[in-house]
Amino acid sequence: MPVVSDTTNSTLRDSLSVSLTVGAYGIAFGAASVAAGFSVLQSCLLSLLTFSGASQFAVIGVIGSGGSALTGIATASLLGLRNGLYGVRMAPILKVMGIKRVLAAHVTIDESTGVALMQEARGEKAMRLGFWATGWGVFLFWNLFTLAGALGAQAMGNPAAWGLDAAVPAAFLGLVWPRLDSGRTTLLALSAIALSIALTPFLPAGLPITLTAFLALAFGLARK
Amino acid sequence: MSVTWWGVLGTSAIAFALKYLGHCLPEKYLAYPLAQRVNTLIPVALLSALVATQTFTDENRLLIDHRSVGVAMAAIALLLRAPFPIVVISSALTSALLYHFI
Repeated sequence: MPVVSDTTNSTLRDSLSVSLTVGAYGIAFGAASVAAGFSVLQSCLLSLLTFSGASQFAVIGVIGSGGSALTGIATASLLGLRNGLYGVRMAPILKVMGIKRVLAAHVTIDESTGVALMQEARGEKAMRLGFWATGWGVFLFWNLFTLAGALGAQAMGNPAAWGLDAAVPAAFLGLVWPRLDSGRTTLLALSAIALSIALTPFLPAGLPITLTAFLALAFGLARK
Repeated sequence: MSVTWWGVLGTSAIAFALKYLGHCLPEKYLAYPLAQRVNTLIPVALLSALVATQTFTDENRLLIDHRSVGVAMAAIALLLRAPFPIVVISSALTSALLYHFI
Protein backbone atom coordinates (compact mmCIF):
# COMPACT_ATOMS: atom_id res chain seq x y z
CA MET A 1 0.00 0.00 0.00
CA PRO A 2 2.32 2.75 -1.22
CA VAL A 3 -0.27 5.50 -0.62
CA VAL A 4 -0.60 4.67 3.07
CA SER A 5 3.15 4.43 3.66
CA ASP A 6 3.69 7.72 1.79
CA THR A 7 1.25 9.42 4.16
CA THR A 8 2.92 7.80 7.17
CA ASN A 9 6.34 8.88 5.98
CA SER A 10 5.31 12.49 5.37
CA THR A 11 3.72 12.67 8.82
CA LEU A 12 6.82 11.20 10.45
CA ARG A 13 9.01 13.65 8.50
CA ASP A 14 6.94 16.58 9.83
CA SER A 15 7.28 15.18 13.36
CA LEU A 16 11.02 14.62 13.15
CA SER A 17 11.86 18.07 11.77
CA VAL A 18 9.74 19.78 14.43
CA SER A 19 11.19 17.55 17.18
CA LEU A 20 14.77 18.35 16.24
CA THR A 21 14.42 22.10 15.73
CA VAL A 22 12.25 22.67 18.79
CA GLY A 23 14.19 20.18 20.90
CA ALA A 24 17.40 22.10 20.20
CA TYR A 25 15.94 25.16 21.99
CA GLY A 26 16.35 23.03 25.10
CA ILE A 27 20.01 24.06 25.14
CA ALA A 28 18.95 27.68 25.66
CA PHE A 29 16.62 26.62 28.46
CA GLY A 30 19.21 24.47 30.25
CA ALA A 31 21.78 27.26 30.13
CA ALA A 32 19.31 29.96 31.18
CA SER A 33 18.00 27.82 34.04
CA VAL A 34 21.45 27.25 35.54
CA ALA A 35 22.26 30.94 35.01
CA ALA A 36 19.07 31.81 36.96
CA GLY A 37 20.32 29.84 39.97
CA PHE A 38 18.65 26.46 39.41
CA SER A 39 20.79 23.30 39.73
CA VAL A 40 21.45 20.96 36.80
CA LEU A 41 19.11 18.41 38.42
CA GLN A 42 16.33 21.00 38.88
CA SER A 43 16.72 22.20 35.28
CA CYS A 44 16.43 18.64 33.97
CA LEU A 45 13.42 17.94 36.21
CA LEU A 46 11.65 21.02 34.84
CA SER A 47 12.13 19.71 31.29
CA LEU A 48 11.11 16.16 32.25
CA LEU A 49 8.10 17.02 34.44
CA THR A 50 6.80 20.45 33.40
CA PHE A 51 7.66 19.89 29.72
CA SER A 52 6.28 23.16 28.38
CA GLY A 53 8.90 25.64 27.15
CA ALA A 54 7.25 28.98 27.87
CA SER A 55 6.19 27.88 31.38
CA GLN A 56 9.69 26.62 32.15
CA PHE A 57 11.33 29.86 31.00
CA ALA A 58 8.76 31.82 33.03
CA VAL A 59 9.36 30.07 36.34
CA ILE A 60 13.16 30.32 36.10
CA GLY A 61 12.90 33.92 34.87
CA VAL A 62 10.67 35.08 37.71
CA ILE A 63 12.46 33.21 40.50
CA GLY A 64 15.89 34.00 39.03
CA SER A 65 15.16 37.73 39.17
CA GLY A 66 14.15 37.58 42.82
CA GLY A 67 10.45 36.70 42.57
CA SER A 68 8.72 34.36 45.03
CA ALA A 69 7.92 30.73 44.26
CA LEU A 70 4.23 31.66 44.18
CA THR A 71 4.52 34.37 41.50
CA GLY A 72 6.84 32.08 39.51
CA ILE A 73 4.35 29.21 39.64
CA ALA A 74 1.40 31.53 38.89
CA THR A 75 3.04 33.02 35.79
CA ALA A 76 4.14 29.58 34.54
CA SER A 77 0.68 28.12 35.14
CA LEU A 78 -1.12 30.94 33.30
CA LEU A 79 1.13 30.17 30.34
CA GLY A 80 0.26 26.46 30.73
CA LEU A 81 -3.50 27.09 30.46
CA ARG A 82 -3.37 26.79 26.68
CA ASN A 83 -2.12 23.19 26.95
CA GLY A 84 -5.43 22.42 28.69
CA LEU A 85 -7.32 23.75 25.67
CA TYR A 86 -5.14 21.65 23.36
CA GLY A 87 -6.16 18.63 25.48
CA VAL A 88 -9.84 19.42 24.94
CA ARG A 89 -9.16 19.53 21.18
CA MET A 90 -7.01 16.37 21.03
CA ALA A 91 -8.96 14.00 23.35
CA PRO A 92 -11.76 13.17 20.84
CA ILE A 93 -9.14 12.43 18.16
CA LEU A 94 -6.82 10.33 20.36
CA LYS A 95 -9.63 8.41 22.14
CA VAL A 96 -7.36 7.02 24.88
CA MET A 97 -8.01 6.18 28.54
CA GLY A 98 -6.01 5.21 31.63
CA ILE A 99 -2.23 5.24 31.42
CA LYS A 100 -2.32 6.13 27.71
CA ARG A 101 -4.32 9.25 28.56
CA VAL A 102 -1.68 10.18 31.15
CA LEU A 103 1.05 9.73 28.53
CA ALA A 104 -0.92 11.74 25.97
CA ALA A 105 -1.61 14.54 28.46
CA HIS A 106 2.06 14.88 29.37
CA VAL A 107 3.08 15.61 25.76
CA THR A 108 0.11 17.87 24.97
CA ILE A 109 2.03 21.00 23.95
CA ASP A 110 2.09 23.58 21.12
CA GLU A 111 4.13 21.38 18.78
CA SER A 112 2.36 18.00 19.17
CA THR A 113 -1.05 19.65 18.79
CA GLY A 114 0.21 21.80 15.91
CA VAL A 115 1.60 18.88 13.89
CA ALA A 116 -1.53 16.79 14.59
CA LEU A 117 -3.82 19.56 13.32
CA MET A 118 -1.59 20.02 10.24
CA GLN A 119 -2.36 16.38 9.31
CA GLU A 120 -6.13 16.96 9.24
CA ALA A 121 -6.33 16.42 5.46
CA ARG A 122 -4.54 13.06 5.83
CA GLY A 123 -7.15 11.68 8.24
CA GLU A 124 -7.45 10.91 11.96
CA LYS A 125 -4.89 8.12 11.87
CA ALA A 126 -2.23 10.53 10.57
CA MET A 127 -3.30 13.10 13.18
CA ARG A 128 -2.77 10.57 15.97
CA LEU A 129 0.60 9.53 14.57
CA GLY A 130 1.67 13.17 14.23
CA PHE A 131 0.64 13.88 17.83
CA TRP A 132 2.45 10.92 19.42
CA ALA A 133 5.59 11.11 17.24
CA THR A 134 5.98 14.86 17.70
CA GLY A 135 5.11 14.84 21.41
CA TRP A 136 7.63 12.19 22.36
CA GLY A 137 10.16 13.29 19.74
CA VAL A 138 10.25 16.81 21.19
CA PHE A 139 10.35 15.27 24.68
CA LEU A 140 13.47 13.24 23.83
CA PHE A 141 15.44 16.08 22.20
CA TRP A 142 14.22 18.80 24.58
CA ASN A 143 15.50 16.81 27.57
CA LEU A 144 18.83 15.85 25.99
CA PHE A 145 19.52 19.45 24.97
CA THR A 146 18.42 20.76 28.38
CA LEU A 147 21.05 18.57 30.03
CA ALA A 148 23.71 19.74 27.54
CA GLY A 149 22.82 23.41 28.09
CA ALA A 150 22.73 23.06 31.88
CA LEU A 151 26.11 21.31 32.03
CA GLY A 152 27.58 23.88 29.63
CA ALA A 153 26.35 26.82 31.70
CA GLN A 154 27.61 25.20 34.89
CA ALA A 155 31.08 24.95 33.34
CA MET A 156 30.96 28.59 32.21
CA GLY A 157 30.49 30.26 35.59
CA ASN A 158 29.37 33.93 35.59
CA PRO A 159 26.23 34.04 33.36
CA ALA A 160 26.59 37.74 32.46
CA ALA A 161 30.11 37.16 31.08
CA TRP A 162 28.57 34.81 28.49
CA GLY A 163 25.52 36.92 27.75
CA LEU A 164 23.14 34.41 29.31
CA ASP A 165 21.32 37.19 31.19
CA ALA A 166 20.33 38.65 27.80
CA ALA A 167 19.61 35.24 26.25
CA VAL A 168 16.56 34.74 28.51
CA PRO A 169 14.64 37.90 27.49
CA ALA A 170 15.79 37.25 23.89
CA ALA A 171 14.17 33.79 24.13
CA PHE A 172 10.92 35.35 25.43
CA LEU A 173 11.02 37.83 22.55
CA GLY A 174 11.45 34.94 20.12
CA LEU A 175 8.46 33.16 21.69
CA VAL A 176 6.14 36.18 21.56
CA TRP A 177 7.21 37.45 18.11
CA PRO A 178 5.14 35.04 15.95
CA ARG A 179 2.06 35.85 18.07
CA LEU A 180 2.15 39.56 17.15
CA ASP A 181 0.09 38.96 14.03
CA SER A 182 -2.41 41.81 14.34
CA GLY A 183 -2.64 45.40 15.55
CA ARG A 184 -4.60 44.16 18.55
CA THR A 185 -1.97 41.69 19.79
CA THR A 186 0.81 44.26 19.19
CA LEU A 187 -1.13 46.83 21.23
CA LEU A 188 -1.59 44.24 23.99
CA ALA A 189 2.15 43.45 23.94
CA LEU A 190 3.07 47.14 24.24
CA SER A 191 0.51 47.64 27.05
CA ALA A 192 1.92 44.63 28.93
CA ILE A 193 5.46 46.02 28.57
CA ALA A 194 4.36 49.45 29.87
CA LEU A 195 2.34 48.04 32.79
CA SER A 196 5.03 45.62 33.97
CA ILE A 197 7.73 48.32 33.82
CA ALA A 198 5.51 50.86 35.60
CA LEU A 199 4.66 48.45 38.45
CA THR A 200 8.21 47.11 38.95
CA PRO A 201 9.40 49.73 41.50
CA PHE A 202 6.31 49.20 43.69
CA LEU A 203 5.58 45.46 43.75
CA PRO A 204 7.56 42.31 44.63
CA ALA A 205 9.55 40.95 41.64
CA GLY A 206 7.47 38.74 39.38
CA LEU A 207 4.05 40.09 40.41
CA PRO A 208 4.00 42.83 37.70
CA ILE A 209 4.35 40.03 35.12
CA THR A 210 1.52 37.92 36.53
CA LEU A 211 -0.79 40.95 36.70
CA THR A 212 -0.57 41.53 32.94
CA ALA A 213 -2.84 38.46 32.57
CA PHE A 214 -5.66 40.88 33.50
CA LEU A 215 -4.72 42.99 30.46
CA ALA A 216 -5.19 39.89 28.31
CA LEU A 217 -8.60 39.35 29.92
CA ALA A 218 -9.57 43.01 29.32
CA PHE A 219 -8.50 42.80 25.66
CA GLY A 220 -10.45 39.55 25.28
CA LEU A 221 -13.60 41.11 26.79
CA ALA A 222 -13.25 44.24 24.63
CA ARG A 223 -13.30 42.07 21.46
CA LYS A 224 -12.26 44.35 18.60
CA MET B 1 12.44 23.45 50.90
CA SER B 2 14.07 26.20 48.84
CA VAL B 3 12.31 28.65 46.51
CA THR B 4 13.75 26.90 43.45
CA TRP B 5 12.48 23.46 44.54
CA TRP B 6 8.99 24.88 45.21
CA GLY B 7 9.14 26.43 41.74
CA VAL B 8 10.16 23.17 40.04
CA LEU B 9 7.62 20.94 41.79
CA GLY B 10 4.72 23.42 41.90
CA THR B 11 5.06 24.35 38.23
CA SER B 12 5.34 20.70 37.19
CA ALA B 13 2.31 19.58 39.22
CA ILE B 14 0.06 22.34 37.87
CA ALA B 15 1.36 21.97 34.29
CA PHE B 16 0.41 18.30 34.26
CA ALA B 17 -2.93 18.91 36.00
CA LEU B 18 -3.91 21.48 33.35
CA LYS B 19 -2.95 19.17 30.47
CA TYR B 20 -4.78 16.18 31.99
CA LEU B 21 -7.87 18.21 32.87
CA GLY B 22 -8.12 19.28 29.22
CA HIS B 23 -8.23 15.65 28.09
CA CYS B 24 -11.10 14.98 30.52
CA LEU B 25 -13.34 17.92 29.56
CA PRO B 26 -16.03 17.53 26.90
CA GLU B 27 -15.30 19.28 23.60
CA LYS B 28 -18.20 21.72 24.03
CA TYR B 29 -15.92 23.81 26.30
CA LEU B 30 -14.01 24.79 23.17
CA ALA B 31 -17.12 26.56 21.92
CA TYR B 32 -16.83 29.57 24.27
CA PRO B 33 -15.34 32.33 22.12
CA LEU B 34 -14.19 34.36 25.14
CA ALA B 35 -12.14 31.40 26.44
CA GLN B 36 -10.58 31.02 22.99
CA ARG B 37 -9.70 34.71 22.70
CA VAL B 38 -8.27 35.04 26.21
CA ASN B 39 -6.33 31.80 25.71
CA THR B 40 -4.46 33.25 22.73
CA LEU B 41 -3.99 36.65 24.42
CA ILE B 42 -2.57 35.47 27.78
CA PRO B 43 0.79 34.30 26.33
CA VAL B 44 1.15 37.60 24.42
CA ALA B 45 0.72 39.65 27.62
CA LEU B 46 2.88 37.47 29.89
CA LEU B 47 5.71 36.90 27.42
CA SER B 48 5.87 40.63 26.62
CA ALA B 49 5.99 41.48 30.31
CA LEU B 50 8.77 38.91 30.76
CA VAL B 51 10.77 40.48 27.91
CA ALA B 52 10.39 43.93 29.48
CA THR B 53 11.21 43.01 33.08
CA GLN B 54 14.12 40.70 32.19
CA THR B 55 15.60 43.41 29.96
CA PHE B 56 15.09 46.63 31.91
CA THR B 57 14.80 45.69 35.59
CA ASP B 58 16.87 44.16 38.37
CA GLU B 59 14.71 43.27 41.40
CA ASN B 60 12.83 46.57 41.92
CA ARG B 61 15.18 48.86 39.98
CA LEU B 62 14.82 50.04 36.40
CA LEU B 63 18.06 50.19 34.43
CA ILE B 64 19.54 50.07 30.95
CA ASP B 65 22.65 47.89 30.69
CA HIS B 66 24.35 45.33 28.42
CA ARG B 67 21.18 43.20 28.40
CA SER B 68 19.12 45.93 26.71
CA VAL B 69 21.54 46.04 23.79
CA GLY B 70 21.56 42.23 23.60
CA VAL B 71 17.76 42.13 23.39
CA ALA B 72 17.78 44.90 20.76
CA MET B 73 20.07 42.61 18.75
CA ALA B 74 17.51 39.80 19.16
CA ALA B 75 14.80 42.11 17.79
CA ILE B 76 16.96 42.88 14.76
CA ALA B 77 17.58 39.16 14.20
CA LEU B 78 13.81 38.52 14.40
CA LEU B 79 13.11 41.34 11.92
CA LEU B 80 15.58 39.62 9.58
CA ARG B 81 13.58 36.38 10.08
CA ALA B 82 16.49 34.55 11.73
CA PRO B 83 15.70 31.15 13.30
CA PHE B 84 15.26 30.95 17.09
CA PRO B 85 18.78 29.66 18.00
CA ILE B 86 20.40 32.47 15.97
CA VAL B 87 18.19 35.02 17.74
CA VAL B 88 19.27 33.77 21.16
CA ILE B 89 22.97 33.35 20.31
CA SER B 90 23.37 36.74 18.59
CA SER B 91 21.75 38.41 21.59
CA ALA B 92 24.01 36.58 24.06
CA LEU B 93 27.16 37.42 22.06
CA THR B 94 26.26 41.12 21.84
CA SER B 95 25.48 41.32 25.52
CA ALA B 96 28.67 39.45 26.53
CA LEU B 97 30.87 41.69 24.36
CA LEU B 98 29.41 44.82 25.98
CA TYR B 99 29.75 43.30 29.44
CA HIS B 100 33.47 42.76 28.90
CA PHE B 101 34.37 45.99 27.14
CA ILE B 102 32.20 48.60 28.85
